[in-house]
Amino acid sequence: MRWGVVTFPGSLDDSDAVYALEQVLGEEVVRLWHNDRSLHGVDCVVLPGGFSYGDYLRAGALARFSPVMETIVRFAHDGGLVSGICNGFQILCESGLLPGALIRNRGLSFLCTMVRVRVEDTDTPFTRSYRQAEVLHLPIKHGEGCYVADARTLEELEDNRQVLLRYVDSAGRATEEANPNGALRNIAGIVNATRNVFGLMPHPEHACETLVGGADGAGIFRSVRATLSEGLPARAASVPPGL
Amino acid sequence: MTTTLPPVTAAQAAEHGLSAQEFERFCVAIGRVPNLVELGVCSVMWSEHCSYKSSRAVLRNLPTAGPRVLQGPGENAGAIAIGDGLAVVFKIESHNHPSYVEPYQGAATGVGGILRDIFTMGARPIANLNSLRFGSFDHPRTRYLVGGVVSGIGGYGNCVGVATVGGDIYFDRGYNENILVNAFTLGVVRADRIFRARATGVGNPVIYVGSKTGRDGIHGASLLASAEFDDTTEAKRPTVQIGAPFTEKLLIEACLELMERDAIVAIQDMGAAGLTSSSVEMAARGGLGIAIDIDQVPKREATLSAYETLLSESQERMLIVARAGAEAAVMEIFAKWGLDAVVIGAVTDDGLLRVRAGGEEVVTLPIEPLAHGAPVYERPYAPPADLEDLQRLDLNQIPPPSDYNALLLRLLDAPNIASKRWAFQQYDQVVGGNTVVGPGSDAAVLRIKGTKKALAFSVDCNSRYCLLDPYVGAMSAVVEAARNVVCGGAEPLGVTDCLNFGNPEKPEIMWQFREAVRGLRDACTALAVPVVSGNVSFYNETDGRAIPPTPTIALVGLLADVSHHTTQWFKSEGDVVLLLGRTREELGGSEYLAAVHDLVRGTPPWIDLAVEMQVQQVCLQAIRDGLVRSAHDVSEGGLAVALAEACISGPNEMLGAEIEMEAAIRPDAWLFGESQSRVVLSVRRKHVSRVRDLARAADVPLTVLGEVRGRRLRIGSLIDVAVADLRRAWAEALPRRMEE
Repeated sequence: MRWGVVTFPGSLDDSDAVYALEQVLGEEVVRLWHNDRSLHGVDCVVLPGGFSYGDYLRAGALARFSPVMETIVRFAHDGGLVSGICNGFQILCESGLLPGALIRNRGLSFLCTMVRVRVEDTDTPFTRSYRQAEVLHLPIKHGEGCYVADARTLEELEDNRQVLLRYVDSAGRATEEANPNGALRNIAGIVNATRNVFGLMPHPEHACETLVGGADGAGIFRSVRATLSEGLPARAASVPPGL
Repeated sequence: MTTTLPPVTAAQAAEHGLSAQEFERFCVAIGRVPNLVELGVCSVMWSEHCSYKSSRAVLRNLPTAGPRVLQGPGENAGAIAIGDGLAVVFKIESHNHPSYVEPYQGAATGVGGILRDIFTMGARPIANLNSLRFGSFDHPRTRYLVGGVVSGIGGYGNCVGVATVGGDIYFDRGYNENILVNAFTLGVVRADRIFRARATGVGNPVIYVGSKTGRDGIHGASLLASAEFDDTTEAKRPTVQIGAPFTEKLLIEACLELMERDAIVAIQDMGAAGLTSSSVEMAARGGLGIAIDIDQVPKREATLSAYETLLSESQERMLIVARAGAEAAVMEIFAKWGLDAVVIGAVTDDGLLRVRAGGEEVVTLPIEPLAHGAPVYERPYAPPADLEDLQRLDLNQIPPPSDYNALLLRLLDAPNIASKRWAFQQYDQVVGGNTVVGPGSDAAVLRIKGTKKALAFSVDCNSRYCLLDPYVGAMSAVVEAARNVVCGGAEPLGVTDCLNFGNPEKPEIMWQFREAVRGLRDACTALAVPVVSGNVSFYNETDGRAIPPTPTIALVGLLADVSHHTTQWFKSEGDVVLLLGRTREELGGSEYLAAVHDLVRGTPPWIDLAVEMQVQQVCLQAIRDGLVRSAHDVSEGGLAVALAEACISGPNEMLGAEIEMEAAIRPDAWLFGESQSRVVLSVRRKHVSRVRDLARAADVPLTVLGEVRGRRLRIGSLIDVAVADLRRAWAEALPRRMEE
């Protein structure tokens, strides 16, 4: 399978996503440029973290108008897999591929810290290699990570099991203390109704190696690979031992 | 030749910050009286900030060479080879005055400026650190300044995608009206692809790239950074530059992409004194001239004059000397990233700076005097009159504490010791994917992709020590930074220094400066760490009150094997706690004395450089031999604080310890004294004898202090506190004061 990582002007963690996928997980990666309408045959698109367009107007507001996003929206409507991390999640909400919005952190400051998130549903291409209710240690680093949506949308998300990651404490409870940014219902990541578009605020690409902070994030990428590899011959692993 | 612009008067020269003698010196050098635009050019090139006229003579003594040094002082940053065909490029710089006047933008543009100094040499920046000094919390402006500066550092650094991985923050009433913001950046580059800022090739095009030029920052270098504060300070607000990190991010990508080709011969960022300093300095290094047409410069306002254009310190701009014929390649790359790129002039062979505006030549000045003609002052110096008295400390006058537990909690609550998480959690610590150890331990550690290696960083300066004895204080800054990096598992490699002082025209300040540089020289020589770059910031005074001397040291170390990285917190119950080094009965300059008795007196803890080196060597060898579970340098607050930090500062569950006390000196000195050259180690029981052997072979005292155990810190019969209580005091101190 082939991954595509998009670079907008101001994207920051695009290179980190490419490194994690290519060097750490041994995946085939194509870098996609914001002005290029072609997705070059990728199977899964990653919208990375950063400050695309300097967060001008609102985080993610301008990126949604870029040529590559037009193609990505069609790709998603056709069932293609899309994963938006942090600024990528913001872009997905701005372009209507995911419901709700990400607003300023409750504490009003940018916050970079490790959080615990619980895997709420494993029946998606992004979470199937985790166990139900598994708790992951992942880094967050954002100023606008507070997920909000109206009451009806929130109910739908819960009823349809579209909440994939929820902030929890060391005892696995979704408390206020465990919530770093005020996100409603401690929501850290959601999937769309057709379960092919995933947005999350934590950074799994920064959690693929124990050396640099832990490897709990690798499962998200491995889940996608497993989904797409179904029925295909097992690929000779270039995944480093211990992951 | 020149212009219809009239020659200036002596009064105008004075307004520009030039003394009567300096003005005359310049007129003699160019053989006439300059016009106003030329005066502007001279005033910034000869400002203290750009010319180092008060410090050059003293700085000559610093050790700047070494077998791995690829670039010493003289370029935009220093460079040291690290093997695997790579080099590290790094520097620290101050942005003190602007940050006091406008904390967010002052700090933000400080970060922006130092980043440019690194990537202008072809190195992708991978690590930022910052050293901050604020006034005391009971000063009304402190909270506002702290909030603004931290916000500004995060606002710029995070948006530009360079991880901020360490630093230090101190509070002292001596900085009430003069805060310090020193910003450090390091980048990695292929050793054979380092770009320099030396103009070559007569006829080569000079290309301006980046943001448009506006009116911000004019005279930032000459009048803001090179003068004290007084009641006209507020009016200096327009001299603070405004930053745009998104533009800088595009600039980084565009420049690094350009540097992969063979299109350019020289590049320099436009920092202090903007277009003027970058063009003059590049021409000077090449022994050539440069001719510019101001009308070609992209401007924010059409009405910008030649004077304003030349002196503007608008951010995010670079000046490039390209190969003749490579202009198209440069334009193409900058167009791709959405940045302006315009040919504004050419390299010449007449040794002149020629500037045209509106069709006439408004500046015709020889490069040599501009770049190298500023006077080199050997200013008078004498120790401060009150220093001898200040150094007197009679320990018999210091009553021992009645409640050691309360005292320990009080020290952990002191802003200089307490957790700085409130600040560093506002910084992106992981972007770039290299952070092995982030803020919160003695040294930050970043791995180098594609190798087994890693880099370690620390920035240090105890200004109280420097006030009491600038020579010993400066030495302490160097050895402490080295010790921190050693505790992280690295071998010290090189230093960059930011020397922050008051008004050098005052003999006592000049004395402090000379003494500090002497200490810096002796320590760097003994430790074999060259000073490859640095910065001097003078005039940190308000209404005649100077800051304590603050020679800030940032030190970079190298781990041959990243797996040797070590952190400062205890790891497992049952591990044995050891102390390397000796504790003397000395309390001079200690946090204990300041926080509890409100005294800054005595002499700073003594340093024996030979002893220090031996302690560092034993620590590093033990780490390399795989014997060390945790290593923590003993500094402010002394041994009790170091032990408490080892218990509480880790990311996992806290661990307690049972520690025996030594009875030979007075207890508060043993617990809270800040004797140098000491490290607290924790090792597995089975490894104690091997560490003892290493210490014995190097003649380093080693004491078995006790054991990691339980959930309380017990030291002798004097200290017995739950680690949860220690942690609460330490973690809440800064947030509580910021929210008050």
